[in-house]
Amino acid sequence: MSVTATQKRGLGSAIWDYLTTVDHKKIAHLYLAGGGLFFILGGIEALLIRIQLMKPENDFVSAGLYNEIITMHGTTMIFLAAMPLLLGLMNAAMPLQIGARDVAFPFLNSLGFWLFMLGGILLNCSWFMGGAPDAGWTAYAPLSTTSPGHGVDFYILGLQIAGAGTLMGGINFLVTIINMRAPGMTYMRMPLFTWTTFITSILILFAFPALTIGLFLLMFERLFGAAFFDVSLGGNAIIWQHLFWIFGHPEVYILILPCFGVFSDVFSTFSRKRLFGYTAMVFSTIVIAFLGFMVWAHHMFTVGLGPVANTIFSVATMAIAVPTGVKIFNWLATLWGGRITVNSAMLWSLAFIPSFTIGGMTGVMVATVAADYQYHDTYFVIAHFHYVIVGGTVFGIFAGLHYWWPKMFGRILNEALGKTAFWLFFIGFHLTFFIQHFLGLMGMPRRYWVFLEDQGLDTGNLISSIGAFFMAAGVIIFFINIIYTAAKGEKVSGDPYDGRTLEWSIASPPPHYNFKQLPLVRGLDPLWIEKMEGNGKMTPAEPLGDIHMPNNSFIPFMISFGLFIAGFGFIYHNDNMIGTIAMFGGMAIALLSMLTRSVKDDLGYHISKEELEKEAE
Amino acid sequence: MSHHDVLHPETLPAEPEKATLEGRNKYLGFWFFLGGETVLFASLFGTYISLRNSTADGPSAHDMFGLDLVFIMTILLLTSSLTSVYAMYHMKNNAFKKMMLWLGITGLLGLGFLSLEIYEFTHYITEYGFTFRSSAFGSAFYTLVGFHGGHVTFGILWLASLMIRNAKRGLNLYNAPKFNTFSLYWHFIDVVWVFVFTVVYLMGKVG
Ligand code: HEM
Ligand SMILES: [Cu+2]
Repeated sequence: MSVTATQKRGLGSAIWDYLTTVDHKKIAHLYLAGGGLFFILGGIEALLIRIQLMKPENDFVSAGLYNEIITMHGTTMIFLAAMPLLLGLMNAAMPLQIGARDVAFPFLNSLGFWLFMLGGILLNCSWFMGGAPDAGWTAYAPLSTTSPGHGVDFYILGLQIAGAGTLMGGINFLVTIINMRAPGMTYMRMPLFTWTTFITSILILFAFPALTIGLFLLMFERLFGAAFFDVSLGGNAIIWQHLFWIFGHPEVYILILPCFGVFSDVFSTFSRKRLFGYTAMVFSTIVIAFLGFMVWAHHMFTVGLGPVANTIFSVATMAIAVPTGVKIFNWLATLWGGRITVNSAMLWSLAFIPSFTIGGMTGVMVATVAADYQYHDTYFVIAHFHYVIVGGTVFGIFAGLHYWWPKMFGRILNEALGKTAFWLFFIGFHLTFFIQHFLGLMGMPRRYWVFLEDQGLDTGNLISSIGAFFMAAGVIIFFINIIYTAAKGEKVSGDPYDGRTLEWSIASPPPHYNFKQLPLVRGLDPLWIEKMEGNGKMTPAEPLGDIHMPNNSFIPFMISFGLFIAGFGFIYHNDNMIGTIAMFGGMAIALLSMLTRSVKDDLGYHISKEELEKEAE
Repeated sequence: MSHHDVLHPETLPAEPEKATLEGRNKYLGFWFFLGGETVLFASLFGTYISLRNSTADGPSAHDMFGLDLVFIMTILLLTSSLTSVYAMYHMKNNAFKKMMLWLGITGLLGLGFLSLEIYEFTHYITEYGFTFRSSAFGSAFYTLVGFHGGHVTFGILWLASLMIRNAKRGLNLYNAPKFNTFSLYWHFIDVVWVFVFTVVYLMGKVG
């Protein structure tokens, strides 16, 4: 992806470079490419859903295939598109924002990516190996435990491998932010995107293990004959729902908080103002994360937990609207009186405010227990979470991509194409999902492959499907923009927006060591402070000296590859010998690679002061 | 810090495990990892507690568990935590041989624990026909206790590879953080065992 770098070298060495890289900037490229690929796949699945629901009693796809498509759409979009795209943005920007030369665990960073990628590929192999999972992205037992074939097994193993990668990413970012901030970069001087990366990582750390265990139980049940969810042996199917949502609700905040950070940075940069209410922004993020762990049972109101439990979870859920509201008002106040530039990054951010607010309001509606008995499992809930996930997370990803693209690649995305893509997507988004509120209120259930004629649902579904094509057109134009920019895009300096934070104080794209000398940070928006005081650039915090860098490694790929093979092995070990061999063989590859990592010293290398001086000439 | 200073330090600082940035990162990162592990085990405990009476007319905790065996296992594991503390004490004093000795004892105690656990499981299977597939209780029991046992096994293998790899070269700033993270890990599985002992065995016998 890094255009300038690959042109000079052969393709083979570029591929090898990316297979072995531990540089957070290149890992960001990998995450964005991988996440982008799965976003296209998930998008195609979405279009198939909307084609099927375009008219009553359609037979475009069969009922069984429809179940596979909706399951894979949700699973792909959440785990394989949104999360990695966000991890990509975090890798690209966060270390630069705190003035670090790399992340704390470059090796783990690479391992995290390859686990995600191969886990995602494993999951999608199911399409070609007898059918994809079909029990919904939530995989409720006993539907998931009794689903025939191997589809759900692919879901289990694919997500298990990808999830392990995410967990590593979370730990890595936490330690990076705590241990590797530049001199003077105190916690309360960190840009909001760094703050939200930090809090998101805490959520990842404490939420993902619940999913890990849930998936283990499901795996033991399906592949090894355990009885956790099997009522005839004393099991209890509700345990899965608890574990899934103890993970699942924090997960939705994992998806939205980083975007809150993107919007905060974008609003403040393009309003040419310091973020309004910085402290309140930080603390509301913390409060949201904290409450995010207390509300999982709002997904289970209709399960029968009883009125007391339902009420507690209902009230806790509604409470989240308060810190979220604080944020909305702070963003508005940041814009207020600012010298506003409306470019593509800003368009996505401005559009987020009303869209997400609608999603928040329907959130409070579905959090009202009695009313949720009506809303639950209808298109109303579909509309709710698409308003927050698309209107929040997807808009945030697009905003972040436009904002940091020049930093990552040295070229700025074309504005005309960027704005066209935005408007198509924005209009398509509201066309698709606004009407779904009413479809839901009229009683249209989710996850049904057909609806009957003349029940008042025909026009609404048609409109919804048309909107989906608008969104697709927007996405296609965005990808055209990427190609156009790579070929002909305008080259930019290190600081194309007259930026405020540290990433804009270095070249675009940054050298592989990021900062030749670590910068001295003197306050919030450190670059802006220097600009206001007439220095124009950061003061170094240290004399020029040797820079310590980590070595590239092929081991992360090998570990992930071993687990990938073992994944197939676990799925097929009951069927044939090859499965058993793959199971043991794959685990052996993974464990031996880990052992190699453990016994072989890897101390990194130094870029000497002399080399750095020569580079400057 | 040059590679030479890391691998062949003239004198070892008081806290060699935290003398380099890599060491400090590893230390902090491992604490976070243990935070994640806590949720992992908490989820398993939650599952176990809700299924521990779901015996499907098969053998129950009360029928099978004998506290004397589990008591010995507990003593072994708790002692091994203490010996790993000794090992870290000697590491900080740059007494490599003594550190290795105490680590060796730690590993042996771990092995003792593991053998008893294997004996215990075979006993339940052969005497009571109580397996992973007998009932929801069986699945939950073997998963929780086995998950802990798996951690012990991994810990022993990890320790062995660390000891063999570094047997000839003594302590330095590169391997000190590794020994230290191992000991953190070992304490953690020890603490988890205390909960296993209480929730699975004591509550199974008494509660
Ligand atoms: C004010 C904030 C929010 C409130 C009060 C809220 C409340 C709820 C409730 C009560 C449900 C369950 C509805 C049902 O199944 O009957 C739900 C579903 C959902 N929400 Fe939210 N929510 C909020 C924000 C968000 C955000 C920020 C996201 C993601 C970025 C999100 C994603 C989801 C998803 C994915 C589901 C559906 C999961 C499924 O059943 O497949 N929500 N929300
Ligand atoms: Cu929720």
